[in-house]
Amino acid sequence: MSTVRTPRAAPLPTTTGFDVLRWRRDFPVLQQSVHGKPLVYLDNAATAQKPQSVIDAVARYYRETNANVHRGVHALSECATAQYEAARDKVRSFIHAASVREIVFTRGTTESLNLVAQSYGRSLLRAGDEIIVSHMEHHSNIVPWQLLAGQLRLDIKVIPITDEGTLVPGAYAHLLSSRTRLVALAHVSNALGTVNPVREMIALAHRHHAIVVLDGAQAVPHLPVDVRELDCDFYAFSAHKMFGPTGIGVLYAKQALLEEMPPWQGGGDMIRTVRFSGSTWNELPHKFEAGTPHIAGAIGLGAAVDYLQNVGMDRIAGHDQELLAYGTEQLLRVKGLKLVGTAPAKVGVLSFVMDGIHPHDIGTIVDQEGVAIRTGHHCAMPVMERFGIPATARASLAFYNTRDDIDALVAALGKVREVFR
Amino acid sequence: MDLRELYQDVIVDHNRSPRNFRKLTGATRTQEGFNPLCGDKLMLYLKLDGDRISDVSFEGSGCAISVASASLMSQNVKGKTVAEAEQLFNRMRALLTGDGQEIDLESLGNLAALSGVSEYPSRVKCASLCWHALKAALQPPSQVRPTEVSTE
Ligand SMILES: Cc1ncc(COP(=O)(O)O)c(C=O)c1O
Repeated sequence: MSTVRTPRAAPLPTTTGFDVLRWRRDFPVLQQSVHGKPLVYLDNAATAQKPQSVIDAVARYYRETNANVHRGVHALSECATAQYEAARDKVRSFIHAASVREIVFTRGTTESLNLVAQSYGRSLLRAGDEIIVSHMEHHSNIVPWQLLAGQLRLDIKVIPITDEGTLVPGAYAHLLSSRTRLVALAHVSNALGTVNPVREMIALAHRHHAIVVLDGAQAVPHLPVDVRELDCDFYAFSAHKMFGPTGIGVLYAKQALLEEMPPWQGGGDMIRTVRFSGSTWNELPHKFEAGTPHIAGAIGLGAAVDYLQNVGMDRIAGHDQELLAYGTEQLLRVKGLKLVGTAPAKVGVLSFVMDGIHPHDIGTIVDQEGVAIRTGHHCAMPVMERFGIPATARASLAFYNTRDDIDALVAALGKVREVFR
Repeated sequence: MDLRELYQDVIVDHNRSPRNFRKLTGATRTQEGFNPLCGDKLMLYLKLDGDRISDVSFEGSGCAISVASASLMSQNVKGKTVAEAEQLFNRMRALLTGDGQEIDLESLGNLAALSGVSEYPSRVKCASLCWHALKAALQPPSQVRPTEVSTE
């Protein structure tokens, strides 16, 4: 029996009234020319651009507030603490978590996943336990588990993927067993764009008493996320992919798990008392935030959340689906182009290869036309291996992208053909 | 910048039909090269007769710049002594990285087609991969050689 159903695309929210050009104006970077051509930024999965409000929030913090948090009685420190904690509450509301105690600020998705592996994994897993990951994971959702597996002698099982780039139906249910303790899974794949049927997969894992860690790095910029509705145990994401600053990210975790887990890093802020006979830990979530955090980053992330909520995640998802459909149709018209990742449920990620032309050459040539895409393995070497290719070219969309951007990409691909005629 | 400076006809041609693209039976030296950033892979084969490179070939997959560079290299080092090949390596490194040295393009023959690369920092490694493999392959076998060179 397979309870993992083939994913179906969510019903399209109406996109009428989504005024792309209005939102686009909020992004200073997008207003420039590159190599004498208007910039067409289609590398959003690598990192997204920042709206003026985020830039202002970071600058205002340094200009008006800068002070350390949680440790001063003076006015600036109290103000910095209030802003930092307000950002935490914005993030809580953005992903619909129950409590700010469940929102740990980290350096990003990578650090969040390593935190789960080294705190939860290292203290609660035992030799012979199994971890399930999928074949479409980003390296940051593979390597921390490999390190842990080496430390504890765990086994890692891999859910295979189909030629479309979906999880092989039934394979996951087959891998789950009483030995499975943890499932680490991309909510959305960065290399293929696939949206995995995580809700059903989480329910199935829970029936086997396994916990689920979701890598939400590529989901949060595209889809409304509700961690309580998903019932995931951990959810990791990065601010910079959701229009916030680099160097800051989030680990959401159910409170009961965080209470059970030992601290990961030790230092200031994470302790209640320190004595040479032994120390005690601060309350949640501070137990997991050792040292001076990226205060400006957190405040910038809060501003990004405000911005996204103002635009509306449902409207963003609707525009993403519409542009993805248009981009898919247009790219398939390009002679010799093959899409890699054609799952029915996808976000705006268009990975492709062209007959006889290496992705790296495609990237250089379209760049000369002002079109920024990414080429390479996208930190997902197992995906490349699965499809038998060294690399892909990838156009990844954000809500500020337009049909004109897609048209510019297609025109630039025409230049690629010309060079290699 | 004009793309044609990078993708000169010689480059496009050598990418389409790379010269000496095969396994070399009787090779006395082999060297693997890998560029983890873009997945370019290369296997270089050399046949040394005394001090002279009597034959050279390569296999692998990569972008046009890396394939053309390896193809051009294979043509140009065949028949050279180890010292001459090492000298060529030094000149090519200067050309590809654009380190400001005055280079006599004319004396480089068809290798001069790689002169546009230095304008594209992200592509320097593609063009350099085969040259680093050559340099490693020329080390005397008594010296410990890397099993794989990488431009990362
Ligand atoms: C799916 C996925 N997971 C994890 C990461 C790692 O994110 P970061 O580099 O911000 O830690 C990325 C970003 O490249 C990603 O796309």
